[in-house]
Amino acid sequence: MSERLSQQPQSSQPPVLQLQQLTRVHGSGATEVHALRGINLDVFPGELVAVMGPSGSGKSTLLTIAGGLDVPTSGRVIVENTDITTADRKTLAALRRRSIGYVFQDYNLIPALTAAENVALPRELDGVSARKARGEAVAALQEMELGHLADRFPDEMSGGQQQRVAIARALVGDRRLVLADEPTGALDSETGESVLALLRSRCDAGAAGILVTHEPRFAAWADRVVFLRDGAVVDQTVRSQADSLLSGQAAEL
Amino acid sequence: MPRSLQRWLPRTAYSVYILSMSIRHGLLALLEHGPRYGSQLRSEFESRTGATWPLNVGQVYTTLNRLERDGMVAQSGEDEAGHALYAITDTGRSELRSWFETPVDRSSPPRDELAIKLAMAVGAPGVDIRAVIQSQRHHTVNAMQDYTRLKAQALAAIESGGSQERDDVAWLLVLEQLIFQTEAEARWLDHCEVRLIRLAAAAGRETGTAAPPAPVTQAPAAAAGPRRPRPD
Repeated sequence: MSERLSQQPQSSQPPVLQLQQLTRVHGSGATEVHALRGINLDVFPGELVAVMGPSGSGKSTLLTIAGGLDVPTSGRVIVENTDITTADRKTLAALRRRSIGYVFQDYNLIPALTAAENVALPRELDGVSARKARGEAVAALQEMELGHLADRFPDEMSGGQQQRVAIARALVGDRRLVLADEPTGALDSETGESVLALLRSRCDAGAAGILVTHEPRFAAWADRVVFLRDGAVVDQTVRSQADSLLSGQAAEL
Repeated sequence: MPRSLQRWLPRTAYSVYILSMSIRHGLLALLEHGPRYGSQLRSEFESRTGATWPLNVGQVYTTLNRLERDGMVAQSGEDEAGHALYAITDTGRSELRSWFETPVDRSSPPRDELAIKLAMAVGAPGVDIRAVIQSQRHHTVNAMQDYTRLKAQALAAIESGGSQERDDVAWLLVLEQLIFQTEAEARWLDHCEVRLIRLAAAAGRETGTAAPPAPVTQAPAAAAGPRRPRPD
């Protein structure tokens, strides 16, 4: 099984995220729950990996541990060459700010701040001057064709717009790992597509992403789909050549 | 055996019939834009549907002959290069109109190999039904990934506003149909798996024994049995 899991797309660059033999046990004794059982997963720059599985399969646990919000019972989590399971608190905090971006189901934008201020916030926390952070934020929004939203407050934006701003916030600065937990969960189908299209384009531009979803149609935007069950990877798809798809076997559909 | 299965079996020729009907009407729809010759119809049919259902020229001419026999098309001279042109007749036009106005029949489902396979896998000795489901899910989601990538390309083509826009939009609609179809299949597979797990758990409770559903081959044995629900 481990040979199959290390099956990776052709990439000359090192992975942005490596999960090695990850386990997570909640509780102990009779109530012990094995949320994760020996997960191995590498995510490379330019790659979007979808994690699918029934509820209780460990999808969200995997994501929170990958982002340093929870600690594994055993195993290693390596983000940009740093093992966050052994990093001290200060290193971990810096890594979370500088390397890892989160996108949540409910957007989590700060209501009192405009879109640009929300996107600028992680950079300001990094010690970048307010003016420079604002400039970076506006540039990031413009690059994602969200420039017109820069001065709007969250309650002046639709859910889809807020979620796209949240993706901009997740990837502002040098960060290139985005962890998205059911980012389309609160959105209608069409808006969900636009959020996925943005996530996809950020990965095409070099970011690495993990998308946790139970919606196959959204998972289908990923390069790889990893199937989780009872805390273990049971299977994963590998990207094939779309060009050959509809030539030969299509008649069988 | 499931009664529903018996209902499907006599329908051997049904999907073949459906495909030939849609070629007939597809050609009529293209001919409504003006007279065309055989290989031209073939390439226009394929560019509308992205070659999802490839036609050979033989099929096109066979269909044209039948349409001519039924009075729906008529030969209409040749073009400069000497290709025999066909034109739609009034009968053909009214047939086409009624095709657009009539819903496609879904009350007699064509045979579905996957449904038959799962029906046969229930209780089949030596068959791990969860592994059957997972291997299909893998394949189905993989196909969705491919369709989604093609869809992103089609959307980009439409946004760039090329001269082929009508074909691109038609192709996009066909692709999205494939995406929705595969999505429905993936959801149904999830549903089957959950149902089997629940039934096995309930059976286990009734007999007082642990009756775990067969775990997927690669999954650890502890995959079996009801689990404490936990927010995921």
